[in-house]
Amino acid sequence: MAERKATPLWEGKIVRAAALDSLRKFDPRIQAKNPVMFVVEVTALAVTLIILCNLAAGVHRQLGFEIQIALWLWFTVGFANFAEAMAEGRGKAQADNLRKTRTETMAKRIGADSAIAMVAATQLRKGDVVMVAAGDVIPGDGEVIEGVAAVNEAAITGESAPVIRESGGDRSAVTGGTTVISDWIKVRITANPGETFLDRMIGLVEGAQRQKTPNEIALSILLAGLTIIFMMVCVSLYPFARYGGTILTLPVLVALLVCLIPTTIGGLLSAIGIAGMDRLVQHNVLAMSGRAVEAAGDVDTLLLDKTGTITLGNRMAEEFLPVAGVLPQELAEAAQLASLADETPEGRSIVVLAKRAYGLRGRELGGDGAEFIPFSAQTRMSGVDLHGHRIRKGATDAVSKFVEEHGGHAPADLKAMVEKIARAGGTPLVVADNSRMLGVIHLKDVVKEGIRERFERLRAMGLRTVMITGDNPLTAAAIAKESGVDDFLAEATPETKLRLIREEQAQGKLVAMIGDGTNDAPALAQADVGIAMNAGTQAAREAGNMVDLDSNPTKVMEVVEIGKQLLITRGALTTFSIANDVAKYFAIIPAMFVIGYPDLQALNIMHLATPESAILSAVIFNALIIIALIPLALRGVAYRPLGAAAILTRNLLIYGLGGVIVPFIGIKAIDLIVSALHLA
Amino acid sequence: MLANAIIQIGLFTLLVTAISVPLGHYMARVFANEKTFLDPLLKPVERLIYRLGGVHPENEQTWVEYAVSMLLFSAAGMLLLYGLERLQGWLPLNPQAFGAVAPDLAFNTAASFTTNTNWQAYGGETTMSYLTQMAGLAFHNFVSAAAGIAIAIAVVRGFVRRNSKTIGNFWFDLTRATLWILLPVCVVMALALVWQGVPDNFAPYVRAKTVEGAVQTIAQGPVASQEAIKELGTNGGGFFNANSAHPYENPTPFSNLIELLAIFAIGAGLTHTFGKMVGDSKQGWALYGAMAILFLMGVAVCTWSEQSGNPMLARAGANEVASAAQSGGNMEGKEVRFGIVDSALWATVTTDTSCGAANSMHDSYTPLGGFIPLLDMQVGEIIFGGVGSGLYGMLVMAILAVFIAGLMVGRTPEYLGKKIEGREMKLAMLFILIFPLVILIPAGLAVVLPAGLAGVTNPGPHGFAQVLYAFTSASANNGSAFAGLNANTNFYNATLAFVMLAGRFLMKIPVLALAGSLAAKRSVPESAGTFPTNGAIFVILLIGVILIVAALTFFPADALGPIVEQLAMRHGHLY
Repeated sequence: MAERKATPLWEGKIVRAAALDSLRKFDPRIQAKNPVMFVVEVTALAVTLIILCNLAAGVHRQLGFEIQIALWLWFTVGFANFAEAMAEGRGKAQADNLRKTRTETMAKRIGADSAIAMVAATQLRKGDVVMVAAGDVIPGDGEVIEGVAAVNEAAITGESAPVIRESGGDRSAVTGGTTVISDWIKVRITANPGETFLDRMIGLVEGAQRQKTPNEIALSILLAGLTIIFMMVCVSLYPFARYGGTILTLPVLVALLVCLIPTTIGGLLSAIGIAGMDRLVQHNVLAMSGRAVEAAGDVDTLLLDKTGTITLGNRMAEEFLPVAGVLPQELAEAAQLASLADETPEGRSIVVLAKRAYGLRGRELGGDGAEFIPFSAQTRMSGVDLHGHRIRKGATDAVSKFVEEHGGHAPADLKAMVEKIARAGGTPLVVADNSRMLGVIHLKDVVKEGIRERFERLRAMGLRTVMITGDNPLTAAAIAKESGVDDFLAEATPETKLRLIREEQAQGKLVAMIGDGTNDAPALAQADVGIAMNAGTQAAREAGNMVDLDSNPTKVMEVVEIGKQLLITRGALTTFSIANDVAKYFAIIPAMFVIGYPDLQALNIMHLATPESAILSAVIFNALIIIALIPLALRGVAYRPLGAAAILTRNLLIYGLGGVIVPFIGIKAIDLIVSALHLA
Repeated sequence: MLANAIIQIGLFTLLVTAISVPLGHYMARVFANEKTFLDPLLKPVERLIYRLGGVHPENEQTWVEYAVSMLLFSAAGMLLLYGLERLQGWLPLNPQAFGAVAPDLAFNTAASFTTNTNWQAYGGETTMSYLTQMAGLAFHNFVSAAAGIAIAIAVVRGFVRRNSKTIGNFWFDLTRATLWILLPVCVVMALALVWQGVPDNFAPYVRAKTVEGAVQTIAQGPVASQEAIKELGTNGGGFFNANSAHPYENPTPFSNLIELLAIFAIGAGLTHTFGKMVGDSKQGWALYGAMAILFLMGVAVCTWSEQSGNPMLARAGANEVASAAQSGGNMEGKEVRFGIVDSALWATVTTDTSCGAANSMHDSYTPLGGFIPLLDMQVGEIIFGGVGSGLYGMLVMAILAVFIAGLMVGRTPEYLGKKIEGREMKLAMLFILIFPLVILIPAGLAVVLPAGLAGVTNPGPHGFAQVLYAFTSASANNGSAFAGLNANTNFYNATLAFVMLAGRFLMKIPVLALAGSLAAKRSVPESAGTFPTNGAIFVILLIGVILIVAALTFFPADALGPIVEQLAMRHGHLY
């Protein structure tokens, strides 16, 4: 996996841009989208106006204190702006990487009269057909309609090995900005400029097209509700205090309000969401919407393709099984001879096994009149003709037919051997020499190392994994057992896949799948999280709601973990933010009533120096905690694949209990500094 | 003394637990229309009621229809009670010949009983005729309780049902709650109270000569029959002004125990009804556990504070030490036959629920001891709570807890298989918002407006606590009074009546909408990744969220009332 390098958190360039950007975000029209921070901005403005009025009227009582409160209120808004700008800035850095690929290119458009005209890529429209030859940059997203070519997609995937793109089949989609390095293709453009895949991705990554996700909306309602409650608390506190003989000033009441309303999560909420998308991009996955990332955390069932995800793509020779009357060595030698010219991974693995198990060296056969018979779809065999030996290896029925044609017959024990291999999840490859049946090579589907542990982790997280394979049920069951996958769908067709997804969804489950082919498109569209491989067809890419630029089918598991991490981060900061309020009460309430009710000093358990210092310290803590938590918001809470109960206990201790304790320490520390500097 | 407290409170808790399980399962059967042993007796009555009312119980209602039925029924009942109070002078069963109740008081009382609050700005034996007490007040004691239970059941149906437009039939739920649950228990309980010495007659008051030779009027009437529903329906409106401190309402420690159990019975039982209906009894136990722990925390602090007494009296030489001859502690405003523990236990129980009946004067408690009843109400009457309202209030808090912390398991929040999304959050927040709105804002007005200040009899923080208590009690539909506050004035009668109505109906509408929204949702199956809501972690989380939400909302106000009072007492200053 070519993981995109994570941008360092405090990269100077991003920080400077974010600092500038956060000034622009003071615009009340932007703030209004975030009720919590909007309240802070409005109250900051009110306090500032009061100070100006007092100055004009020549009232200088507590002036220094009130100015400091006002400043820190503005800082609170500014810090929240900065958090969002940082997240967006990191996204922009990613987007710039993507944008580099979108340089001005010229395209060879094929006109109606088949004449080629040179036009700028920006002038291409949907439906235009262009010719792209070796060395050309593909001018836009499209579908190969003719030809086959090797394409370098490093520009978007970071992977320098070229990939094959050809018309028809599942590898027909090309992305604008990638380069053809051999041969030529005709491409039908499928997106207008500005609407291409890359354009949309850049928009999403930058946060420009970001819409609030359903859970963010619900959370915003909670935060707005809490804000209203605390406004009622502060508004009613004025008459309550007056009854007791204390006249509270607006700056003090505002200080209490801003400390109580959930500014920490309110200020970081959008940054968390943007950072979640950003983390996906670091894994080379582009999500079409934040909603998809959120859904990834909720996924109950994962559909995984067997090949490439659960097993290595290639089958490996595992064992030579001679029929009765044939020595193992003899079978191994014949198999090795038949495979010497076979450049497929299977063929190479046979040569290696023969060498390892029987010490046979692949002899140099070039000059001995050996004639190699390549594999063909008709014969379904390959082999070698050498000194009158006609050695063949291939599918059981094909080789049996070959033997019978030469007057031999398949021995009785062959069938049992073949079946045994199939039941164990392997592929039998039968070897014969003229009329003589020699035995079977056991080709084994090799289950990826560590996949069993991975499934166990997913199970602990509450996810069910289903293996999708075209194999017969016998083979599929064997591989399922070996890999530890929860369930399997054998002899899968597009229809059975779609049916499986619908069945799961009917039970209320959310399903994630990864696919590439055109025939995957319906299932990708039906799945709640459909990850299309970038190498796949345009249809698949349109149907899914995420695209994996690496075309790595294992990626679905990372996507789920990132989704969960996003939700956990949001929950952790919400809990932390609300838990913080306890300490702020203990700082501010005794300070507010020091004159009216000196007995309340007993609540000043932090022994804060003066009432002014207590209130100011709480406000400063409230502002600084936003800055302090930016790294957590951007990186996300560390995710451990455990059961829900274990995760909850752990996070409640850290962010719930921690949220109660930390501000006591923080406010006390700030108070020491404030009083040492004689600020209040 | 500690042993006495542990035995009494422990025994009470055990009895509540023992009663709640069978009662809860019985209630689940009642609302599922399954067979019960009372069917032969009650089925004909039920059919008759439906025929007379033109009700078709099989016609299920959407949440809007359900809410409209409930509101119309309550409005009609409130008008009826207002009329009865105003006209009682011309109506029978009025041996003391009481005249019409004043308009503001009649309005306040009608609102109070319709909302299950039973705030009493009047003295029962000096204001209300027997007819008003029985046909007006006791009638509402039954139906307001039944309406509360009905709504709780409708909300639970919201969790149970999938892709459903309807949440049940209000008339069916109301009738069943009254006939199968409230009436049978009340009959048995009233008889037990009569056995303990509670009167139940239509006789005029007795003029008696006391031992000292003074003449005393002794009030009586149909007490036992009203006493039972007063506790069982968490109403709390006493026949007599002294409420359950009066020897005719609550003569013995045993009658005291019966009444205490009746206050908690349905609220506790409904948690198990809930568990049964959602098909996981542990879900019910989790809510029960959270409620029980909050109750025990409150009663422990209250009892300890009352038993510790008043340090200033101790300094003055008063003997506050418990002994065989006296309860010790702060006995001001408490009945000797109940002592500290039964008084503190009652004060906690009556404010945990929305009952509000009293067997001692909360106003006379130590500041900390009196703070517990106030705090019990401020958490929203969800510690077993009002019949029905306790359960749905707790369910809203559970939704809030799941939403705040649920994200931390890495899934979008869900409770009992239902995703908690924007609409649910909006309704839950509306429910939660209304409560402080109708406490803090009117209380703020009361302490600055001359009309409000006129009713305050004690200056300083204690007077503030009285006002705060009154509005908290009214909006929580509790109805207990911190006394001391002169509340039978135009200002308080009107403001408290509106607060009671808002505290009841403005909160019921969002909760019914929530039920409708949940019922329409599909259900998400449980997995190892699902937020567990039936274990100890959830109970702790739920308690934490309840306390933090209440503390954050009311801490500043409380600091200026009971908290500063308690702190001042330690420095030798009383208000």
